[in-house]
Amino acid sequence: MKNRIKALSLALALTLSVGLLAGCSSNKAASSAAGTDASSAAQGTGGSTARSVDEIKKSGKVIIGVFSDKNPFGYVDANGKYQGYDVYFAERIAKDLGVEPEYVSLEPASRVEYLKTGKVDIVLANFTVTKERAEAVDFALPYMKVALGVVSPEKNLITDVKQLAGKKLIVAKGTTAETYFTANHPEINLVKFDQYTETYNALLDGRGDAFSTDNTEVLAWALQNPGFKVGIESLGDVDTIAPAVQKGNKELLDWLNEEIKTLGKENFFHKDFEETLKPVYGNAVAPENLVVEGGDVK
Amino acid sequence: MQDLGINILLDGRNLVRLLEGLWVTVRIALLSVAVSMVLGVLLGMVMTLKNPVTKALSRVYLETVRIMPQLVLLFLVYFGVTKTFGVHLSGEVSAIIVFVFWGTAEMGDLVRGALISIPKHQYESGRALGLTGVQIYRYIIIPQTIRRLLPLAINLATRMVKTTSLIVLIGVVEVLKVGQQIIEANRYTAPSAALWIYAAIFFLYFLVCFPISRLAGKLEKRWQD
Repeated sequence: MKNRIKALSLALALTLSVGLLAGCSSNKAASSAAGTDASSAAQGTGGSTARSVDEIKKSGKVIIGVFSDKNPFGYVDANGKYQGYDVYFAERIAKDLGVEPEYVSLEPASRVEYLKTGKVDIVLANFTVTKERAEAVDFALPYMKVALGVVSPEKNLITDVKQLAGKKLIVAKGTTAETYFTANHPEINLVKFDQYTETYNALLDGRGDAFSTDNTEVLAWALQNPGFKVGIESLGDVDTIAPAVQKGNKELLDWLNEEIKTLGKENFFHKDFEETLKPVYGNAVAPENLVVEGGDVK
Repeated sequence: MQDLGINILLDGRNLVRLLEGLWVTVRIALLSVAVSMVLGVLLGMVMTLKNPVTKALSRVYLETVRIMPQLVLLFLVYFGVTKTFGVHLSGEVSAIIVFVFWGTAEMGDLVRGALISIPKHQYESGRALGLTGVQIYRYIIIPQTIRRLLPLAINLATRMVKTTSLIVLIGVVEVLKVGQQIIEANRYTAPSAALWIYAAIFFLYFLVCFPISRLAGKLEKRWQD
């Protein structure tokens, strides 16, 4: 009897392993047959090395990683189409490469990994250039810039940092605004909050004289809240936003840099601004404070 | 601008997109659950063996699954496989592999627990009647085990359905992500839409999970009689 149970268990162990294998392979077959997935088709061979410009052209598709939930930079409209400032640029890249764009929805934390493994050709997802990131990926020339902005009630509009001396400035913890004001303007009293919603509520309640964070954020907020205005649109260190490719994909990087320079001549990013950002920011924002033409940051 | 959030839900293809997202969720979850249940039962039986090799192996496997967050497993399969072997698995396939890997381990442990909870005299009585090992399992042990297993397995299944919300991090756009996309797309024109969209998503998850637990309840009742 014991032997029988042993034999049975061995058989079970075998079926288990076979089952595992069969399970995996059948799954694979099922999903490739469905053909719904974005990245699998175009890559084929080549492993985790990024594709060259020729390979992209030959495949007829350029795979671009964008945000799908960052209105107005990269988002999906009611009809399921990708839209926004980044996407507008992506469409143009695809057109100039002579291929169709294929979008992959990215999360902030996974952007670098997607490039490292060659699952996308280009990342165009509001990717701020930082030293740490530049070690992992190659950034092309910038096409946008962000700095800090300061929003305050229209009645007591703050238009210069000097006006803030001795006053209460609201910031969110862990933001560049907190770091900047702590380091450069000790004469300003900071009121700190953990969450964005709290900071805006504090400003509405008058618990501070002004609020500072990324200029794109405050500009959009001021538009929705009558009585408030962004008095300082650009302050502190200017961060740039640029397309990124896999480290070492020099060919595609050079192509992108050329493209950005060429587009600068026709003021492409101003048009991009008009189409995608202006409906949100209205006349409250001068394009010069956000847009970078030809990779040239002024 | 009068913005009733419900208008956003009916705007354009939004509702259809939510349902498409739900289909992605359901497809991945149900396939993973089905495969995990079958493999889990087999694993559970192997785990009850007194063989030190299978014991050690299944122990290592189970502990690996318990210690590793599902998110880490997802990243390992989706990005790790590409890095080490140069093979591109799609997000969906990666998700199913990880969910089956996770579900099989948990299910195996549940089966093992249910199996050893069957008193020894059940096996012995079977043997006394002259049944073979296979017959004992087929007619005595498995029917009793399944009854004990059902509530636990349903728990696991609904948990797997809900954990699919993690797979957005490997680029699979499922129901929750579609919801967030809709909310964000209307962020400036209808800030109150968020509540409506989340309510709709809650309802959709409910629509998937409720029948599963109803079915379990019915089965349990039928087997009691």
